[in-house]
Amino acid sequence: MDWDIVIGIETHVQLRTNSKQFSGASTAYGSEPNSQACLVSLAYPGVLPVLNKEAVNCAIRFGLATDAEIASRSIFARKNYFYPDLPKGYQISQFELPIVNHGKLSISINGKEKEVRILRAHLEEDAGKSLHGIVQGKTGIDLNRAGTPLLEIVTEPDMSSADEAVTYAKKLHELVQWIGICDGNMQEGSFRCDVNVSVKKKGDTKLGTRREIKNLNSFRFIKQAIDYEVNWQIERLEDGEKIDQATILFNPETGETRAMRSKEEANDYRYFPDPDLLPLEVTANMIDKIKLSMPELPASVAERFEKNLGLSSYDASELTANREVTNYFNNVLQFECSPKITANWILGVIFSQLKEKDISISLCPISPAQLAKLIQRIEDQTISNNAAKKVFDALWQKPNTEIDLLIDELGLRQISDSGAIDQLVEEVINANINMVNEFKSGKEKAFNALVGQVMKASKGKANPTQVSEILKKKLTI
Amino acid sequence: MTINQKDIEKIAHLARINISEEESATLEVKLNSIISMIDKMQEVNTDNVEPMSHALEVTQPLREDKVTESDIRSDALKIAPEVVDSIFIVPQVIE
Repeated sequence: MDWDIVIGIETHVQLRTNSKQFSGASTAYGSEPNSQACLVSLAYPGVLPVLNKEAVNCAIRFGLATDAEIASRSIFARKNYFYPDLPKGYQISQFELPIVNHGKLSISINGKEKEVRILRAHLEEDAGKSLHGIVQGKTGIDLNRAGTPLLEIVTEPDMSSADEAVTYAKKLHELVQWIGICDGNMQEGSFRCDVNVSVKKKGDTKLGTRREIKNLNSFRFIKQAIDYEVNWQIERLEDGEKIDQATILFNPETGETRAMRSKEEANDYRYFPDPDLLPLEVTANMIDKIKLSMPELPASVAERFEKNLGLSSYDASELTANREVTNYFNNVLQFECSPKITANWILGVIFSQLKEKDISISLCPISPAQLAKLIQRIEDQTISNNAAKKVFDALWQKPNTEIDLLIDELGLRQISDSGAIDQLVEEVINANINMVNEFKSGKEKAFNALVGQVMKASKGKANPTQVSEILKKKLTI
Repeated sequence: MTINQKDIEKIAHLARINISEEESATLEVKLNSIISMIDKMQEVNTDNVEPMSHALEVTQPLREDKVTESDIRSDALKIAPEVVDSIFIVPQVIE
């Protein structure tokens, strides 16, 4: 039987603020345990939450970036549950009236655009961290994270495969960094996904019962968890069993999912408006101000790269995957390099080096100006493309060397003096009469072999285009 | 709608409070009288009334994003029953 897979994603994005959602405690990651647990984080009696303006601005930025409705009035609510890393006994969140509604994010699947609808995005606070293994048989609690501003972004169930889900998650991850609201650090938990998965018989209009995989903090885990879960659900249904709604965990070590909370306790959060917080008002003036500080969005930059610079849609989207890469590319172009060659260099040679060294482009030892100079030397035929790669490797080792000096030092300057090439060609023809005869009797391959001989004789420094031209001329007389 | 003993048990569990059988019986009467009052209020047509979330017609003041709190661990950890390396130690919770 054929099955449809239905996936919706809720993403918890830690907002890039200095202080917490409702108090002036620091949000820095990795500080001494509980050193950032202020009275509000500790839920002392009598404290009052006061909302962080920057967190509100971040939510507005997100709303603008996803073409969403930004609510002029939204409400904070208490989500009640007991857990030791939540000292208040409730999480302050937004329930009925969130700040952002009905946005959208476009993803590209096998070259086709697909729109993922964003149902809502709401402001809330993070819980503390439970630590295991500090004392045998007990749980440790660090409340530094308690109260860190979060934006929870909820999609409609618009994705229909693990690949689509991962593509959406990556796109969202790029976007929140691009607009500066999240540092994107997944190891530190700045970007965590809950993935709702259900399956239904192909073509059925009624959705199946979903299970929610909690807290996935890598794209690989998202894919593995969905693949496992989909198989599990299909097998169960094909065996005639039914699916119970459940919250489940993914175990990266076994690649399996397992139920976490029992059904009867799930989702009994008894939300109600938090009397400690007044309605949040977002004025047109606030939105207009933020609009002015919004960067051009990656989709629009990519479109411009395709239209105006003639890049392929793949190159354009790779070059706009994050702002640092886009800036690097733009900075090279300022030196009037060919966009296509520049794109090839960044996406090829530079990306493979960055990947090997596991660093981001902001730490690339070769500056855009230097890359531009290197590309110019290819364009003005001072060096061949192959020689340029050697120069690049040497430059990576000695980042501040002058390119022209390095070319001479490595002896890579291309011979474009037609007299000199002429002589080399002459010598090669005389020394390889057999090959010349083969070519004349119709063997095209022999021609390339002769070019190779000339290149070898020049120690790779002859301009290959010129060699071809001169050789062709001499052989066809 | 009426509230029965089972509902009270569930609500008490959700709130993590212990209620004796006697208390539970009294509570059932009290809660049902509250519910019946709410039922009465439900009779009013509110189709065109925006739900009220707060009594006051004022909006939430916003705070500048500045760190104003300092480390109060030395006081905060003092009242905890068990602490190891500045971490609160609580009975084991397993999900």
